[in-house]
Amino acid sequence: MTRATPALRAIPNPGVRADVPLISFDEVGLDFAPRRIIHRLTFSIAPGEIVSVVGPSGCGKTTLLRLVTGLVQPTRGSVRREGRAIDGPAGDVAIVFQDYANALLPWRTVAGNVSLALEASAMSPAQRKVRIDELLGKVGLAAHANKFPRQLSGGMQQRLQIARCLAQEPTILLMDEPFGALDAMTRQSLQDEMLRLVRETRTTVLFITHDLEEAIYLSDRIIALRANPGEQSSLAHTFQVDLPRPRDQLATREEPEFLRLRRQAFDYLLEPQA
Amino acid sequence: MSHSPGRWQGIVLPLLALVAAEAALRVRPTQSDVIAAPTAILRAFLRACADATLLQATAQTLLATGGGLLIGAGGGLVAGVLLGLSRPAAARASLLVELLRPLPSVALIPVALLVFGFGYRLEIAVIGFAVFFPMLLLATAAVRAVPQRLVEVSVILRLSAWSRVRKVMLPAALPRLFVALRLCVGIALVVAVTTEIASNPQGLGFALLSAQQSLAPDLMLAILLWIGVLGWGINNLLLQLEQRWFNAQLDKE
Repeated sequence: MTRATPALRAIPNPGVRADVPLISFDEVGLDFAPRRIIHRLTFSIAPGEIVSVVGPSGCGKTTLLRLVTGLVQPTRGSVRREGRAIDGPAGDVAIVFQDYANALLPWRTVAGNVSLALEASAMSPAQRKVRIDELLGKVGLAAHANKFPRQLSGGMQQRLQIARCLAQEPTILLMDEPFGALDAMTRQSLQDEMLRLVRETRTTVLFITHDLEEAIYLSDRIIALRANPGEQSSLAHTFQVDLPRPRDQLATREEPEFLRLRRQAFDYLLEPQA
Repeated sequence: MSHSPGRWQGIVLPLLALVAAEAALRVRPTQSDVIAAPTAILRAFLRACADATLLQATAQTLLATGGGLLIGAGGGLVAGVLLGLSRPAAARASLLVELLRPLPSVALIPVALLVFGFGYRLEIAVIGFAVFFPMLLLATAAVRAVPQRLVEVSVILRLSAWSRVRKVMLPAALPRLFVALRLCVGIALVVAVTTEIASNPQGLGFALLSAQQSLAPDLMLAILLWIGVLGWGINNLLLQLEQRWFNAQLDKE
């Protein structure tokens, strides 16, 4: 892995106006009566950006992600995509769930699981097969196409779920603590693979994690939420991450900026937020 | 569970019991309407096999059991899956189900007899009623037990309602539906024999009753044992299929 110059970081996305946010939250509130989960949350995500959401458990991280899918509607305010309110799942919004074992179909093979994402579209079986092979190749599962999910390791199962999401050709990739259940080595290699894949396709990523270092390593920006917002805004803090890309598991994590952000974020999250 | 030593040791006790019964009746011959020596039972069994009466009775019972399952469990399956998919529908149906379910199916025999007369239709109707509600409840539970995550995945992938059911819900519920079927087969067999003893003059239940009434304890016990073996065999077969097809999936849950 080579070190990159900071100039490589900016990825202009042709055809997309950078000044129109891809996703915008405007004074969003959500109650699961009687509990207030999210309150007065305002932020936006630009096309191609990788944004992480961190915060204590119960702060509405997963709920925030579901708001972007349109599976959940806000109680107050609005969630918009390119200016239009989101009213339901869009074909190009994909989710990678943490519990890959539940998200995969155990009775379908690796190839069959990817196929599920392509079966809704009008694609001939031959085309579909080509596409499946290509996707499995991308995530390094080409040799396992005919195996069943239970025959794969956790890391491979999560790769499979990512392949199925890529089959949707997502503009927006939502990831709900995708690597939380994996061991440290697997987690790091999947982080790098994920960065490589979304970079190739210029996918916008909203990444939920409770691992601050992971958030810093992956993101352009980190959004910290607070639990039980009360009358305060759910948005506790935003951290801008100006680390060069492509990132490197060893070098990036040794950068003074990485360490500074790590310190800042830890201090911030450890503070009691009354 | 398979081929452990306990499985073969399990046969020792029944064999000992048979040998003991045979020995006791040889030492002290007894004229009885209730008991018979194991060898006499075996001879009666072979005779019943030879003149095809046992085979015919077995076929009649299995046919009625199959017919009852097809109608009752089939209907229960469809209704149960629908109720499992739709909570509003389940809420509306629950009172009716709870009112009808506790009704003992054999209590329907007099009514069904008036409607259908003797024969298969009577038996099939009673068996069908007996298995309908267990299947309905188990199928509802099977569909509800599909991991919420899978449902969510099918929504995110924007599958149509029909392909969601066909490609995700039903395959995910299938192992539990098969368990439900196995339980219903057991119920169906019990109700079939009961109906035949109580009123319908055909099948193994009626053969059992005839043997009893003609004071042939050897034949009666032979049929009784045969019914036991038949039930055990069918359940075992289904159990084997269940393990072969769904073991991995059921284990995971």
